[in-house]
Amino acid sequence: MGNSSSMLTQYDLEELQTHCQGIFSQREIVALYERFCALDRTGKGFILSDEFMAVPEFALNPLAERLLRTLEGVNFKEFITLLSAFSARASYEHKVEFIFRVYDSDRNGKVTMYDILEVLRDLSGSFLTDDQRKQVVIQALEEAGFSEDSALTYQDFLEVLNKAGLKMEVEVPVD
Amino acid sequence: MASVLATAAGKTGKAGMPSLFTHSASEMDLYEYNAEDSMVKSPVDSQNKKLLLCNLLDISPVLNEAASAIVDDSFTRCFKSNISEPWNWNIYLFPLWCLGVVFRHTILFPIRLLLLAIGWVIFLACFYPIHMLLKGHDNIRQKLERGLVEFICSVFVASWTGVVKYHGPRPSRRPKQVFVANHTSMIDFVILEQMTAFAVIMQKHPGWVGLLQTTVLESLGCIWFNRTESKDRLIVAEKLKRHVEDPESNPLLIFPEGTCVNNEYTVMFKKGAFELGCAVCPVAIKYNKIFVDAFWNSKKQSFTTHLIQLMTSWAVVCDVWYLEPQTIRPGETAIEFAERVRDMIAKRAGIKKVPWDGYLKYYRPSPKMTEKKQQKYSETIVQQLQDTRLT
Repeated sequence: MGNSSSMLTQYDLEELQTHCQGIFSQREIVALYERFCALDRTGKGFILSDEFMAVPEFALNPLAERLLRTLEGVNFKEFITLLSAFSARASYEHKVEFIFRVYDSDRNGKVTMYDILEVLRDLSGSFLTDDQRKQVVIQALEEAGFSEDSALTYQDFLEVLNKAGLKMEVEVPVD
Repeated sequence: MASVLATAAGKTGKAGMPSLFTHSASEMDLYEYNAEDSMVKSPVDSQNKKLLLCNLLDISPVLNEAASAIVDDSFTRCFKSNISEPWNWNIYLFPLWCLGVVFRHTILFPIRLLLLAIGWVIFLACFYPIHMLLKGHDNIRQKLERGLVEFICSVFVASWTGVVKYHGPRPSRRPKQVFVANHTSMIDFVILEQMTAFAVIMQKHPGWVGLLQTTVLESLGCIWFNRTESKDRLIVAEKLKRHVEDPESNPLLIFPEGTCVNNEYTVMFKKGAFELGCAVCPVAIKYNKIFVDAFWNSKKQSFTTHLIQLMTSWAVVCDVWYLEPQTIRPGETAIEFAERVRDMIAKRAGIKKVPWDGYLKYYRPSPKMTEKKQQKYSETIVQQLQDTRLT
């Protein structure tokens, strides 16, 4: 008879909702909490890399390893904060920030050509040579008016990325 | 006792390097078959054929796919036990519900247990003498043993008040045919077995189930193997071939999913059963969850707990459809054939299809599937690089 959403009180829900800046509705938070508990198989309160990788659809993702660096050991608060970038209610800035953080692996606020190359390597694997990748990145940077030594900032990302083209919307299944 | 078909026949060619983490060829092929390339977005602009930085940096489709998988994924859904809807929420219903619980546990359960015990006593008292005494008379012995196994299976079905409706013609005994069914719990096997004594291919189990396997069911020509041992798969492939050729043997039943699924979905069919070169008779099984969820979540509960759960419920309601036998069409591969049969079963039982291999419960997916995505992504870039070199 028990249902798992009862483990979150109204206070928890309100706190969590402020925490993610109101991006998720309370029902969505309840649904995400159930999902979190399902992923956290042993009920320890956080999710390990292995538990994420047990989801085949995630494990297949070319960026899975890279994403795990931020995902490893997340608790529920961090979990919804990370996912909030994928809500339809999240702003363009919020979404770009997420993308920027994926590129900026050393967290210094700058994305160099090498950061871009690394992501491109994840995406293309052994199907492009290092030379090809380099050629591609330089070509694209120059096309947009940067040089191969430029370091892109978050502001640059905001300007370069195409607001309409961004496809970042994941619906939380509420029942 | 999740019965399983090894990708036996499919494996034989590649068995040089057996390891726990090798991936079946069929897994890859099916993935290709179902491949959807929604996530790859080319960095090359389709209009002026130029490589644009905004497209190169935009990894949102890939991220989106990762986030979708984290929020909800079709694989986990296949193995989720259904939570029963509570109906005891008001003051009139609650005492009724309590009464039901007491009745089911203190009256129904002991009666059923007794029934089961009597059934077993009769079964064992007949089975062993027949097995020992009629050594020389294989035909009669087989017939009697078959009857006894069908008997004990109907006792089992009665012990959880199985209300089973069988649709379509009953399976006949003849060579060159193999039955395939979707798999929810080991009780599928019992339900099918009470009508016809099938020989089945199963995973080896520990405990009392394993004991049953090696003593009683062996007499039906059932084949056991260990999911994780590739040597076993070779042996199974051999036995399978011999079994279907023999007109005297019992009809063969295979659960090509290789693992129990919650009866809402169906996972990939292993192609082994579809490569034997004989007629495939699909069997669709659908449980009604009104009283109890028949899904055996083998990672969460032992088979004994699962049985007790069934025996303390009001009834197990289910439908079984024997569908029209299918043969491989000219030009059709084993995988396409397997998919076609899976389609039929899914449609008849009203369950959804997912492209995953059920063995992913035990293994990580093959890196080859990631490579597929990488390859798709790279192709457009290579194309563009060649174009610029030419101009």
